[in-house]
Parts: sequence; structure tokens; C-alpha cells
Amino acid sequence: MIALINTGCANLNSVKFAFERTNQPIEIVNDPAKLKQYSRAVLPGVGHAKAAMQRLCASGWDQAIREYDNPLLGICLGMQLLCEHTEEGDINGLGVIPGRLVELKSNTKPLPHMGWNTLSFANDHPILTGIKSESYIYYVHSFAHEVNAASIATSEYEQRFSAIIAKDNYLGMQFHPERSAQLGATLLSNFTQWNPS
Amino acid sequence: MLAKRIIPCLDVKNNQVVKGVEFKQHEVVGDILSLAQAYSDAGADELVFYEITASVEKRLLDVNWVEQIAAQINIPFCVAGGIRSIEDAARVLTSGADKISINSPAIARPELIKELSDEFGKQCIVVGVDSFYDKETEQYLVYQLTGDPNASSRTRYQTSEWIQQVQELGAGEIVLNCMNQDGVRNGYDIEQLSEIRKLCDVPLIASGGAGTQQHFVDVFNTANVDGALAASVFHKNIININELKQTLRNNKIVTRI
Repeated sequence: MIALINTGCANLNSVKFAFERTNQPIEIVNDPAKLKQYSRAVLPGVGHAKAAMQRLCASGWDQAIREYDNPLLGICLGMQLLCEHTEEGDINGLGVIPGRLVELKSNTKPLPHMGWNTLSFANDHPILTGIKSESYIYYVHSFAHEVNAASIATSEYEQRFSAIIAKDNYLGMQFHPERSAQLGATLLSNFTQWNPS
Repeated sequence: MLAKRIIPCLDVKNNQVVKGVEFKQHEVVGDILSLAQAYSDAGADELVFYEITASVEKRLLDVNWVEQIAAQINIPFCVAGGIRSIEDAARVLTSGADKISINSPAIARPELIKELSDEFGKQCIVVGVDSFYDKETEQYLVYQLTGDPNASSRTRYQTSEWIQQVQELGAGEIVLNCMNQDGVRNGYDIEQLSEIRKLCDVPLIASGGAGTQQHFVDVFNTANVDGALAASVFHKNIININELKQTLRNNKIVTRI
């Protein structure tokens, strides 16, 4: 059973529905103490990093996520909170995936970065099984992870940034797999089969 | 590369999709869920649902259909209709909408844009603008409550000043509906959209007037909008989304196929 971590963020249902569409049992979990009973976990998130991080810490999720040994997927803001630091609100994240989030900048293109963009592979990872490089995924965000050794795939919008990041049992996706058509469904399905060594 | 978006718009009334001409004379097009699924399968990049009578009737749209759509489709969708408070927005977003669009309630109380943007992040706050070209004064003017011809009225804003104001307040995307073109399929208002593009630093979506595939090519190439929204050409099978995307690609416009 997959745990869907409830931090009170708005896109909880979208993520739940996406796993249900691929016939993966998923359950909303409100109590951090129960997280370790689940074989996998998903941390969704939309909104402002500072408020989300405060909610995470106030309810004890920060410790439960750091101590979790099974595969855990952070989506969008959920991914950002797994990293070391974000410029949004100038706060430290959980630090389980190396790297920093910086604000996307452009003098010529509209911001936020919103819409379908292409995925380029940076490192081998089982999450990419059956995925073609340059496939389209759906983004909505203003801050982005600077490419580093944890980057599995990247996208470009004025600057290149991380699309998928991973470290040990932690995985993060900056785009929204739950809204990325068939490709997103394949990525979520790959996550449910991923066994970090 | 970021792809240009093709966005079918579904006007909702009494839990069915309807379509009017120049915002009047609504006729039933079909069932919300089956149309949403059909457009998603056909390659639409995003869907917009407007419950057209909600603002006029001073109530929030029905969130039951929002949740059904969220459960069924796997592309992003935006929802509009009578969202007037943080509580309204929370209900719609929690039901599974990716973005919310506000129009008349923002004109009545512009601070609403800032409140929603601060609470949920600007990325999910879309502001819809209904712009009417007044031939006498040669000005583009913002209209409100356009879901009902009897309630529809001019506001105090010129379109350009309202576009600037909503961005300052925290709009994350703007849908500019050119009312003179709506439903008549003579092409997007390229001139107006090009002018607004210069003032618009957030994603800009063109709406109103699509009739042929060439109209989409023109609005992307000339007005440089991020997405093009249309209703009747898709509802009446005048344009097939797959063929449209091939045409865009043949014209070197980045598109998701």
C-alpha cells in the first residue's frame, strides 16, 4: 500500500486519483507515526514553500520522512521540500536529496514556467524505464532545482534545471506526473515497481 | 522546448456543456465527462471549464463535476465560475482542479486576486478578461457577467490597464477573451492580443474567434501567445485536434504530439 502524505495541500486528490487510475492502492495518511507501515510514500505539494515546510514540521512529518527507508516520491513542491534549500522564503528543506532551488528568471519568456516541456535524460535510473527522451511532461512552477549529481532528467526554460532527481530511496519530480497524460502514468507505475538497492 | 498549448473550452450550464454565439443563445453540446475524456484522448493540452451562470447567480460552481473530471482525466484543467473567496477556491482546488480562473468577482473586488495568489501560489490563479472593442471610442473595454446577456455590463476598466493591474495583484496566467470575435469563427483578434502580449509577463491565452487551423498558426506566430483556447470549432468537429497539431508542427510551432 502507498501512503499519500497529507500536509493539507490542495492537489492531494489529483495525485490520489492518478494512482487509482493505474490500479495502485493508495491511502491518505494523516499521522506521521504510521508512515513506516507503508511500503511506499508520496509527498505532494502546491503553494508556497515556507508555509508548506512549516506545516510539515509542525505536524512531525519532517522527522518521519527523514527516517523513512522505503521509496518516497516528492511531486512539485513536495520534491522541493526534500532538497537542501529553496530561495522561496529562503528556507532549508529536509535535505534528503542534495541541491538547491533557485527562482527561474527570464527577460523574454513568461513566468511562471507553465505548460508541456520536454524531458532530457541526465543519468540512468529505473524510473525512466520505457520512457523516451524528449517526451512531454506538464509543468507549473516558479522555482527549480539546479542540475547536480542527483539529477536524473532535466528540462530547459531559459536555463536548464532538474526535472527528476533521486538520492537513495528518495525521488523527486518537478513536473506533475498526475497531469502528464500517458507518460505521467508510466512514470508513476515505474515508481511503484522501483526497488532502490 | 515549451510547447504552445491547445485548450478546448467547455462552457457548463446545469451540468451540461453548452455553446452560445457572442455569449448568447446557449445550446447543449453534450455531457461534461464524456467530452472531457474525448478531448483529452484527442491530444488537448489542457481543458478549461466555465460554469457560466455561477457568477450571475452569485454562487459557487458545483464542485461535484470537478471531482469527477479530476478522477477521470490525466491532463491539467482549469475551472471557473463564481469563485469569490479563499474558501471557494480551496473547495475547487481540493476537488482536484489544477487551476482556478476568476473574472467578474475580481472586477468587483480586485484584492481577491492577491488573496488567492498569496494563499495558493500564483501558478494556479488564472484571471479571465472579457474585452470588447468599442467602435465609437476606439477603445478596448473590460466587460463583466458575460455569462448572461441580461446581466452583462461594461466595467470601469480599459483592457490594457486591467491586464497590468491583475499582474501586479498576482495573476499567474491571463485568458484574454475578445468578445467581438466570440463564436463567429473569423479568427483571433491578433492586433489586440499582440498589444496585450507586450504588457503581459505571465502566460497569455488567446480566446475568441478560432475558425480555421490557420487562425491558430497566425495567433501563435504573430501574437506569440502561450496557448489558444477555442470551443465551437472543437465541439462541432470543424477542427480535429490531431490534425491541428500536425499543421502547427508543419509551421514550425512547438507542439506536443
